[in-house]
Amino acid sequence: MSLYAMDRARLGELYEALGALGRVYLPTRKNGASAFLPYGEEGSEADLSLLLCDKSPKDLFFPQSEELVKFRLTGAEIALQEAARQKEPFVLFGVKACDLQAIEVLDRVFLAEPVDSFYQSRREHATVVALACARPAESCFCTAFGIDPTSPQGPCDAVAWLTESALYLRPCTEKGETIVSCFAGFAPADEKEVAAQQAAARAVLGRLPYGQLDLSRFGEASDELALFDHPAWEELSAHCLGCGSCTFSCPTCQCYDIRDYDTGKGVLRFRCWDSCMYKDFTMMAHGTPRKTQKERFRQRFLHKLVYYPKNNGGLFSCVGCGRCVKKCPANLHMIRVAKALGGEPRAQ
Amino acid sequence: MPNDPLIPMIGVVTDVRRDTPDVKTFRVNALTGGKNFAHMPGQCAMLSIPGVGEAMFSITSSPTNTEYLEFSIKKCGCLTDWLHRLEAGAQLTIRGPYGNGFPVEGALLGQDLLFIAGGIGLAPLRSVINYVLDKRERYGKVDIVYGARSADDLVDLEEIRASWAHAPGVDVHLTIDRAQEGWEGNVGFVPNYVRELGFAPTATALVCGPPIMIKFVLGALAELGFARTQVYTTMELRMKCGVGKCGRCNIGSKYVCKDGPVFRMDQLDELPDEY
Ligand code: SF4
Ligand code: SF4
Ligand code: FES
Repeated sequence: MSLYAMDRARLGELYEALGALGRVYLPTRKNGASAFLPYGEEGSEADLSLLLCDKSPKDLFFPQSEELVKFRLTGAEIALQEAARQKEPFVLFGVKACDLQAIEVLDRVFLAEPVDSFYQSRREHATVVALACARPAESCFCTAFGIDPTSPQGPCDAVAWLTESALYLRPCTEKGETIVSCFAGFAPADEKEVAAQQAAARAVLGRLPYGQLDLSRFGEASDELALFDHPAWEELSAHCLGCGSCTFSCPTCQCYDIRDYDTGKGVLRFRCWDSCMYKDFTMMAHGTPRKTQKERFRQRFLHKLVYYPKNNGGLFSCVGCGRCVKKCPANLHMIRVAKALGGEPRAQ
Repeated sequence: MPNDPLIPMIGVVTDVRRDTPDVKTFRVNALTGGKNFAHMPGQCAMLSIPGVGEAMFSITSSPTNTEYLEFSIKKCGCLTDWLHRLEAGAQLTIRGPYGNGFPVEGALLGQDLLFIAGGIGLAPLRSVINYVLDKRERYGKVDIVYGARSADDLVDLEEIRASWAHAPGVDVHLTIDRAQEGWEGNVGFVPNYVRELGFAPTATALVCGPPIMIKFVLGALAELGFARTQVYTTMELRMKCGVGKCGRCNIGSKYVCKDGPVFRMDQLDELPDEY
């Protein structure tokens, strides 16, 4: 599809214009952290040049906590009222290639039969604009998962490139076209500047320390039992605090809990993010099959590298965003795990 | 029907029966009468008391029962304590059915069937047994080995004696752990009893009960020459969603709520030993 460009100095005007399509969520700095926040909030600063937001856009589709149903109890009778689904359209602008792939990973979970209607209503009301990376960082290893950050692919409506002077945009759906038509500042453009940026970024990618991480032992055809029994888990997990920072910052972690809250006037049932790193995650009346942190740690990583790919045609559910690499207080993460498991021969 | 798998329906408890000191069987109907949904033997449902909790239970009644769903529930925690306090007329929430169930219309057709249950493990098998007895001509000989701590802990003893024991081509073998006054059946643990009875390894075995019993029964069946491909069992893990999305109940790459709870032993052998 055609490529358009606009003057970078007019980004503020673009954000205003996008308001016509719904609330606009942008990579934003606020209180020393970054996240996808609605444009124009007090004390916040939208910044498309952020490489990766601390918080992934996951919660726009799968909120950290959301209401499912309300119960009113009168005597023996129960009346229930379903929580509202998303009805307002919104624009999610500036999703990097890894986070975009993460949406694909979540789609395959929540949109598989039986469809999660809460997630689905948000996906349907979103216009997603991906943004290519100009300067990948040391902690990035998306390329190990076959992701090209200079040309994001996945469930989006348009792909954008931000250069020194311009924002380029290539719509890939009808919704994507509306972005061009709602702002008069766009004009047809040629590929030259985009191609130059891609070439420069690819040169950086080639030098990233973990970009070529060997994942050949994992994936759809991997030996699930051998990896499960690998001797490295013991040592790898020894210093895991079970804090869940990795799962909460991960754009693909999808585990949730369902809980009830007594409001005094009735009972509210909500779901919230949960973590397989927590001890009570699998706890039952008679105990848990994952007794120590080793089992819980192993679950998180094997899910990303083996279990999910086996159920999803080889697609990994780690996208190499590097958030867990930066967030873990014990410095344990995907790269260390993949290296430890990949480098040693199969235990007999 | 609600518009989302996580939104439950209302169920009405229309009958409560005490089976053993800690097991009660609950009959559940839809608000408008009849069943909340149809199911296959071995499938489960999420029951909840709002404000208390929600948990997965196997559906004890047979699909051939067109009037209601039944659940035999052992008191063993917060939600089950509350459920045990319910009386006829009370409402609860229900959603389902979940899981694969036993292959009653597949691999089990035409086979001799050996049911082996311990304690509350009869709950999921009762659905299959009644289904098989209602479609008797589709299956071969049926043997039911059922054991519990004491005669008082045998669930559905009445139904077993009144109906199963007299069904054509069905042999019922009851056993209790320790001798007890008035008990004329076998005394001893289920695995040993299975060994003593010595079944021909041409049958298909369906095993349900406490993990330790299952383990020893599998040993006994192996001694009798049963292949792992001839033995089915059900798994129980903590569940929240029931539809393979909350990430809670997996054994390796399989979700017990969706790919189970029924597994053939050779299928379990391919999964990590984490259950
Ligand atoms: S596991 Fe770590 S690197 Fe992979 S997607 Fe999750 S946070 Fe990013
Ligand atoms: S791996 Fe690190 S971030 Fe994750 S739970 Fe363990 S200590 Fe926390
Ligand atoms: S109960 Fe949620 S994945 Fe099985």
